[in-house]
Amino acid sequence: MRSKSTSNSNTHSNSLSRQLGLYFVLAIVFVAGLLLALNQLAGLMGTATQEAQAVDFANNSISAVLREEPPQLDSSKATDSTSGLVLGHIMEGLLRMDLQDRLSPAIAERWEVTPTHATFWLRKDAKWSDGKPISAADFIFAWQLALKPETGSEYASLLYPIENAEAINTGKLPASALGVSAPDPHTLVVKLTRPIAFFDKLVVFPTFLPIREDFYNATQGRFGSDAKDLLYSGPYTIKSWVHGASMLLERNPHYWDSNRGKLAQINFAYITSDATATLNFFKDERIALARLQAENLTEALRLKWPIRRFADGTVFYLEFNHREDHLSRNLNFRKAIQHALDMEELVYKVTKLPGYLPGKSLFPEWLIGVEKTLREEYPASTVTVDSAKARAYLALAKEELGLAEFPEITLLTSDNPVSNIQSEWLQEVLKQTLGLTIKIDKQIFKQRLAKMSSGEFGLLLGGWGPDYNDPLTFGDLFASWNLNNRGRYKSEQMDALIATAQNATATPDRMKAFGAIQQQLFDDVVILPMYERGVTYVVHPQLKGVKRRVIGAETDYTYAYIDPDA
Amino acid sequence: MLRYTLKRLVLGILTVWFIATATFFGMHAVPGDPLSNDKSTTAQIRANLEAKYGLDKPLLTQYAIYLKNISQGDFGISFTQENRKVNDIIKEHFPISAILGILAIVFAALGGILWGALTALYRNRWPDSVIMFLVILGISVPSFVIAAISQMFLVNINTLAGTTVLPVGGWGTVWHMIVPAMVLGLSTMAYLTRLMRSSMLEIVNTDYIRTAQSKGLPKTRIFSRHQLRNAILPVVTVLGPAIAGITTGGFVVEIVFAIPGLGRYFVEAIQQLDYTVIMGTTVFYGAFLVFMVILVDLLYGWIDPRVRINP
Repeated sequence: MRSKSTSNSNTHSNSLSRQLGLYFVLAIVFVAGLLLALNQLAGLMGTATQEAQAVDFANNSISAVLREEPPQLDSSKATDSTSGLVLGHIMEGLLRMDLQDRLSPAIAERWEVTPTHATFWLRKDAKWSDGKPISAADFIFAWQLALKPETGSEYASLLYPIENAEAINTGKLPASALGVSAPDPHTLVVKLTRPIAFFDKLVVFPTFLPIREDFYNATQGRFGSDAKDLLYSGPYTIKSWVHGASMLLERNPHYWDSNRGKLAQINFAYITSDATATLNFFKDERIALARLQAENLTEALRLKWPIRRFADGTVFYLEFNHREDHLSRNLNFRKAIQHALDMEELVYKVTKLPGYLPGKSLFPEWLIGVEKTLREEYPASTVTVDSAKARAYLALAKEELGLAEFPEITLLTSDNPVSNIQSEWLQEVLKQTLGLTIKIDKQIFKQRLAKMSSGEFGLLLGGWGPDYNDPLTFGDLFASWNLNNRGRYKSEQMDALIATAQNATATPDRMKAFGAIQQQLFDDVVILPMYERGVTYVVHPQLKGVKRRVIGAETDYTYAYIDPDA
Repeated sequence: MLRYTLKRLVLGILTVWFIATATFFGMHAVPGDPLSNDKSTTAQIRANLEAKYGLDKPLLTQYAIYLKNISQGDFGISFTQENRKVNDIIKEHFPISAILGILAIVFAALGGILWGALTALYRNRWPDSVIMFLVILGISVPSFVIAAISQMFLVNINTLAGTTVLPVGGWGTVWHMIVPAMVLGLSTMAYLTRLMRSSMLEIVNTDYIRTAQSKGLPKTRIFSRHQLRNAILPVVTVLGPAIAGITTGGFVVEIVFAIPGLGRYFVEAIQQLDYTVIMGTTVFYGAFLVFMVILVDLLYGWIDPRVRINP
């Protein structure tokens, strides 16, 4: 009996395994059927990714990745860098920056800026992607649109140098009062409220791009939200745009300049912010250019890829809170920290990212002065790091503030790997050298912004990227009226210097003012420049002529071409 | 049955209203707002923006307007993608998340039930130990690690094969879905395997199995009719929330595999404090979850007569 039961159980266990096996087969059949059905479904939705090939010589096309879905392709409202990148390919304004980063003619073939007026003469062969000519009226419409209060354009203030612009934006005057006129369709005359020597550099910014009125009205409030809701003035048009998935650019047949738009197609085949995924797409030869993050750098080096780098134009600095009741209001306290921190150590030994430069000034190295760079003409002062001196300054501060012991100081930072390393370094060095206790307050984006505006910090890791190619884009940051002056530094002398930099017409006078601003920022230790950010990336060897820009389209493929022999 | 269903639906709507209200006030209590940006704008431009989005009105007025709009099925316009309606975002991207989610849940459920039954059958023998070890891995390794590793694995396979065996990312065909769906369903599969195993083992010792055995029923029949069907019950219970969890929790997988699903809008909206998208996706997912739970409860009665509500 017993033995029978055992053998019985064995055969049953065998038949059970067989039954499980049968279930397994059934499951596979079911999954296969399901896959087929889902395949049909996904196909129906029309959200398929374009087949991506990093470099396709036969079709003269390349593929690339976008970090995020472009949030806004309505040029009157765009503010972010991804939208700027796409707009840089599909739109062209009055002027642009060339391959050597010099201001060069675009739709305007020549121009003139006087203390009272700016005049642009438009080329006659510039056409929209529907074949109609681009006229001065298209610029006037776009600028009026950006200024209307109901548009809610964040960068409308860039247009304020134009007569009546501010009054229109505050709703005091109708848009038609804007001081811009077109004596004929190919001449644009701008009346300026004050002398502004760099107005020509300003018009490179996307807010100044043309928009044609009849087309804009025909989109019924959907301008810029889909490929068909855009009219193109640049070397490329959007052939298809699958939101969140991909964007395919195709050469604009009506574009006038044969030197740009050499590639027939640019396929932004993937949208992802993940650096590792981007690198995987690059390795799989799906995209032609990939940005490297710190974590991928070692791998790129191991694979012996030619790594390229460029300074992306952004400057990072330690901001002090200059409000009442803050320790950092005391100059000697700030000097103590200035003498304690070695930014070369930070860049070369702590963050160790290629392309980063130790910060010496608020004005980054690439800004142009009178003839050479601003920094060559007005070298930034530096201190030698000296812990004994630092401690002496701190003792002075302690005495002046009448403190027995320094309280804990809050350092506000964002939550990302680079900021984490930096804030920990700051915490450690200030503890070691000065015995200060730093509390790190890590906040995600919007919460950090809220705390920055309300002044809930002692120290702050801040940064600034340029909007236009003039030192003033950095130079007016610490004016008492500037809302981006998060520490609320207030100095009449600084405000006066900034006024000079804004209003003087002669370039040497303006650059002298910037030199003086730089000096005061140093003498008064308003901020401590930490570093200029660099970007490292890899490019497919056959893709040539990709331009990386500080201002405008960060990655510019409009001059790029494929060299099959490389 | 009908009354029960109706009652559940009314309670469901109340739940969704509660979710909407809690999210609305919670979201507004978070410091910062959707209009603040890296660069501060002048007071006037800010006022223009606030007026455009109605943020200048008192909070309760905004709440009233908001409730009125969602009751009409209008979630408003996104703050970060100013030209897109939240309704459009959900309409375009949810089906993608749903397709991926369905596949993931099928992988998870089939896998969980099969592996679970297998481990129970081979209790304390090597298949059991191997599978249970993998289960622990599947539960404890976070999905971004698994997603990155599997993507790297795909790149290596493609490089070795010299052609595209499976795409590394993107969307459109079934080949784009397989690996992401497996990654997405992995932790649920691991969880279900454990659940299935324990409920199988529990059932082996119940009276009705013993009765069936003493009646002389063939073991295969006992296994499929009595053991398996009863053991699946707890699995079905967690399936409802799991489906909702999987279709909403695809953020990491969607970013890594560049899939245009709704999950990433859900997460990025919170980082950007994009009020309308946060509300739209939360209310939508909330309603989806509530619906799935109701559906599972109704299904449960169908599978297990013991819990059926008497009419």
